[in-house]
Amino acid sequence: MNSKNDLIRLTLAEAREGLRQKKFSSVELTQAYLEAMAHHRGMNAYILELPELALEMAKESDKRLAKGEGRALEGLPLAIKDIFCTEGVQTTAASHILEGFKPPYESTVTQKLKDAGAVFIGKANMDDSAMGSANITSYYGNVISPWKREDGKDLTPGGSSGGSAAAVAAGLAIAATGTDTGGSIRQPAAFTGTVGIKPTYGRCSRWGIIAFASSLDQAGPITRDVRDAALLLEEMAGYDPKDSTSSMYEVPSFEKVLNQGVKGLRVGIPKEYRLEGMGADIVNIWEKGAAWLKQAGAEIVDISLPHTKYSLPTYYVLAPAEASSNLARYDGVRYGLRVPGRTLDELYENTRSEGFGREVQRRVLIGTYVLSAGYYDAYYLKAQKVRTLIAQDFQLAFQKVDVILTPATPTAAFALDETPSDPVVMYLNDVLTVPVNLAGLPGMSVPAGFSKEGLPLGLQLIGPAFEESVLFRAGRVLEEAAGFTPFLERSKFHG
Amino acid sequence: MSLDQKTIKRIATLARLKLSDDRIEPMQQDLNRILHFIDQLSEVDTSQVTPMAGGSTLFMPMRKDVVTDGNCVEKVLENAPEVACNMFVVPKVVE
Repeated sequence: MNSKNDLIRLTLAEAREGLRQKKFSSVELTQAYLEAMAHHRGMNAYILELPELALEMAKESDKRLAKGEGRALEGLPLAIKDIFCTEGVQTTAASHILEGFKPPYESTVTQKLKDAGAVFIGKANMDDSAMGSANITSYYGNVISPWKREDGKDLTPGGSSGGSAAAVAAGLAIAATGTDTGGSIRQPAAFTGTVGIKPTYGRCSRWGIIAFASSLDQAGPITRDVRDAALLLEEMAGYDPKDSTSSMYEVPSFEKVLNQGVKGLRVGIPKEYRLEGMGADIVNIWEKGAAWLKQAGAEIVDISLPHTKYSLPTYYVLAPAEASSNLARYDGVRYGLRVPGRTLDELYENTRSEGFGREVQRRVLIGTYVLSAGYYDAYYLKAQKVRTLIAQDFQLAFQKVDVILTPATPTAAFALDETPSDPVVMYLNDVLTVPVNLAGLPGMSVPAGFSKEGLPLGLQLIGPAFEESVLFRAGRVLEEAAGFTPFLERSKFHG
Repeated sequence: MSLDQKTIKRIATLARLKLSDDRIEPMQQDLNRILHFIDQLSEVDTSQVTPMAGGSTLFMPMRKDVVTDGNCVEKVLENAPEVACNMFVVPKVVE
């Protein structure tokens, strides 16, 4: 036991137990991950590796563990999505415009993780400014999923938290942080056979997270199993006076409710999520998921969320509008990239045109247009009103059911060379996850089976606001029934 | 609703983005595809609906109107591309 290959197969909960029982040290565990990370640089899961910082943190953790003073995540090596500001450590959101930016402060979520004793091993790659569903817009290059189809083509790990998900699946981090504005935790989790939860809007502080769309952005964990997601979210969540939209609701112990089962729970199946042309393998896994929950004592109820089809168009007004406003701060004056110009306006234009990737520029332009004089009411205000209707659909549904079950994605992961050139076709990837962000609700993706090509498929659970507990309970039941074999147990990836 | 090239250039100026001539037509195509997709929203009757302005319907907490931060000029400036006399340097804006 305790060869490096065994160490990187442990879950967060198992490694925590091993550290407490002194079966191995945090330095040993961290070193195993650092080696795996260095060995698999070809995946491009990290923008920045932090071997020195990680070992320093691990040594400190070992001292505490030796004294029996280990904190909740003491000595556990995490990947941090490069959208979380980390004090003195380059933070770019995978954008050229923030290259070299070293925040003089720490985001609230990563500060909480540090205070819980976690070790940071690297800044995970992602889509440029979190805009993308395939991790192909990063200034630092595509992330490649560890999974392979029979044709051997390089596959997307999903996006925007693609580096985080790929690292957790492949054993290059024990768990990771992500952020989710329209599916950016749940879709990569589904594509890589990992667990990802976007908590209720307001559950985690957004302070120090590079803003994309402030009314939709939420942080959450990506992990190997449901238990790990519960214990990591517990540490990330909580009220923060520095974020006025963070919630004062107490964070319950998610780990404690994990095994309470679903007996008596009413599970809603929304008919609008059965998309035209949806693959038989996706429909099949969805039906299986409902059957598993029923077998465990839940009641399955057909429900309707009638405004579902308007979610994506609503999102593609509101998210770019908020982004165009949030990204106005990148001006080449105060931090990040500067491309000189003769006048101040020219400096702005040169900097922003060179610093933002193509997808970001598209969204900034759409956002600027829908907010511009004469179009604000027709687009922005209209979308805010439809957003109300989408949120009301869920409120009505949750009078009849306790949790909603849907597929997490309309397809399995696609090859990097199969990504559509039409932006609207690309946006359809998020059709099943976006409504949850618009309504501000918690949603979780749990690996449940395989596509016809042998790639992971995820099921999504959606709960009422601040009822993450019900997602963990139902997620645990799905996980046990599915008996999903994760990447690390299937492959000889680490020799 | 379709955007012509003149409008694209105007939005780009508003957004402080410089679009070279060869990028205007592909951008026009992309933006019009997106706008066409967004136009579906006009089917929805929203005459009696209040807009949802934030990510939640919870109340917004108030805090005391006091200074909670400051005296960190070095930190504020440490990432700036060009600094002089404790200030950000930009091209001349006033003749």
